[in-house]
Amino acid sequence: MKKDSFFQKDGVKTLLASLISILIGMLSGVVVIIIVGIFNESISAGGIWDGIRLVFLGIFNKARDAATGTLMFGFNPTYMGNMLFRAMPLILTGLSVAIAYKTGLFNIGAPGQYLAGTCATLFLALSIPTSSVPAWLVWLIAFLGGMLAGALWGCIPGLLKSLLNINEVIACIMTNWLSASLVTWFFDMSSLKNVLEGTKTGYIYKTSMVINDVIVDGVQTVAGSSIPEGATVLATRGGVATSKMGLDILFKGSQVNGGFIVAVLLAILFYVIMEKTTLGYQLKACGSNRFAAKYAGIQDRRNIVLSMALAGAMAGAAGSLYSLSGNTEFFWTTYQSLPAVGFTGIAVALLAMNNPIGVIFSGIFMSYLNINGQQLTNLTAYNEYITDVIIAVIVYLSAFSLIVKTWLNHKRKKKTVSPAGGAAAHKEEVQG
Amino acid sequence: MAFLVRQTLVYAIPLMIVALAGVFSERSGIINLALEGMMIFGAFIGVTCMNVMVGLGWFDAVKASGNMWTMQWLLLLAMMVSAVAGCVFSLLLAFAAINLKADQTIGGTALNMLAPAIVLFLVRITAKQNNLLLASGDSATWFMIKKSMWGFDKSYKFGFFGDAFLNKVYLTTYFCIILFIIMSVFLYKTRFGIRLRSCGENPQASASLGINVNKMRYAGVMISGALAGLGGCVFAVTTANASANGDVAGFGFLALAVMIFGNWKPLPIAGGALLFGLFKCIAASYNTLDVNGDGVYALASIGLDSNFYRMLPYLITLIVLAFTSKSSRAPKAEGIPYDPGKR
Repeated sequence: MKKDSFFQKDGVKTLLASLISILIGMLSGVVVIIIVGIFNESISAGGIWDGIRLVFLGIFNKARDAATGTLMFGFNPTYMGNMLFRAMPLILTGLSVAIAYKTGLFNIGAPGQYLAGTCATLFLALSIPTSSVPAWLVWLIAFLGGMLAGALWGCIPGLLKSLLNINEVIACIMTNWLSASLVTWFFDMSSLKNVLEGTKTGYIYKTSMVINDVIVDGVQTVAGSSIPEGATVLATRGGVATSKMGLDILFKGSQVNGGFIVAVLLAILFYVIMEKTTLGYQLKACGSNRFAAKYAGIQDRRNIVLSMALAGAMAGAAGSLYSLSGNTEFFWTTYQSLPAVGFTGIAVALLAMNNPIGVIFSGIFMSYLNINGQQLTNLTAYNEYITDVIIAVIVYLSAFSLIVKTWLNHKRKKKTVSPAGGAAAHKEEVQG
Repeated sequence: MAFLVRQTLVYAIPLMIVALAGVFSERSGIINLALEGMMIFGAFIGVTCMNVMVGLGWFDAVKASGNMWTMQWLLLLAMMVSAVAGCVFSLLLAFAAINLKADQTIGGTALNMLAPAIVLFLVRITAKQNNLLLASGDSATWFMIKKSMWGFDKSYKFGFFGDAFLNKVYLTTYFCIILFIIMSVFLYKTRFGIRLRSCGENPQASASLGINVNKMRYAGVMISGALAGLGGCVFAVTTANASANGDVAGFGFLALAVMIFGNWKPLPIAGGALLFGLFKCIAASYNTLDVNGDGVYALASIGLDSNFYRMLPYLITLIVLAFTSKSSRAPKAEGIPYDPGKR
């Protein structure tokens, strides 16, 4: 058998299709910027040029020159690090959507699972006293608890689908809003609302904050790291944050931490599970044809629930790691809106064609666009939503890039079919 | 009680009409996950259209003339413009799904992302904030049908019927109910409607009888886009106070749920929308709800948490789905790109 040339390899073609989608998406962003610039009197030609440069290179921007007002570009470690920081939850929610997609399920429930993970993690990290349990163990419990909560929440649509034949899209949408209300309810009753910093209303404590349960004049109350005189400390909570793992030295002044590395490791783990294990094979078999898989002796119902649980665990991990970074705050009255990072996960997975390794790169790419959009808002008359337009165009194109790929394969097959290869080609058709 | 009826209708009407929008698309064989996006786009265009009319001085001219009924025609015009906008926007889905045979779920998701992105991008540039509001007044001052417009003064007692259906209502409610009936009859009783539905069940058989499947599917998606765009405008006027901020509070997705809930059939959809609207209404106003008019807020006195009521609409939907989904039957050819060679 002849070996495929580099450009004929399946993976390379997928990558090329994604890169072409990205390019067209970016170009359509540029077109929108130019059109809006022309029709809006307040934007000059220079403003348009700044806008275009920032869409591509915002991450390398070093602010405007004070004297001339022109943009300066160069390596900016803060933005670079923040890009990796924001990529962390995107990789994980992308992974969540991708895992479910492999089993033929459309996990639009990532926002709800993300909230469930956030809720469990915040509760565990802020409730277990760090005065008696070491902080690293609290971190681990909180992280695993977040994943578990996401997994359980993901199980619900999975169970509804496998046992009662309820469309998973509807079940996911309903559980999203249920989760949003439940989380609001939980924090409303909890004692985790930030009362120590007077200006912060409606937020939960940062996990990195140190909270002391104290008794002052016979009344139990909470205090920050400075304990009032004559108070008895009952327990100390909080002070839990993900280790920086040296990334803060590499990217000075940024928010990046070890969570990014955890996310990448999880993506690699899922690549191995999906490609090299029986479990992964069974999940994918259910995705290609549930009934054929059942006929082959694979428990389709169990696998649907399992797939949703794994997907939920990843979305939960996203919320968990984001809240454990120590510098993020959670606005707990969340019942009116769902976290956007869950929905962006769909775009991340689609751009990566549901490949766990690809998800790492598409997640980083999405947060690269996100940082560029932030620069647009700060420095020009444009705003960050142009990057959402670009992402939408890319997802739109990815809807038929798969078709283009099969078409390319089909053309090649016709050319290379020989009497000897006929049987092989036929076999391929049956599989497809 | 009159308030409950009125408010339930306000929530139920957009759901009903947008769910019907979904029916037209899915019955022709195209999964329309983009209802949310189409609503968002329609709402934005509707509010923009109203703002243009404010800018032209039409609203003030009507107010000066003293006959507020004329406003209803302007509202109707804005709704029509929204419908056209939704229709144009839906062409993106139709093109990807029909001509390029793309994955319809992904195409719909893309439109759901595109609509708020474009809307927020433009709103932020023109309005310098994330919310496009009417330049003057709000939807209640301009569009609400009040007692005075029927020629009664404020002290007149309207009674239950009048309070529920004639006072403080919007034209959109009645327009949408009539449209819902017309479109349902159109889908079930006309030759076009039956042909459209056949394309969602067995397109190859339809084609063998000389029906152009692709044209029918284009028609289905475009009608769907028009109805969803109109629904977006209705939502903006009745619940969002004539503002557009790239968000319709998940109503598009809820409409999708109502559609599946209603088994892709108009009558159960109307029932489902009303049920959902009722619980949505209870969630929004349970603590001031006086069901039997004795001055006691019955639900508030039970003492349940407001978050419980907020969860009710979604919980009820899931429970009803659990009981009905065994008999649920989606259009057979839904989501499968039409391939003439396949039998």
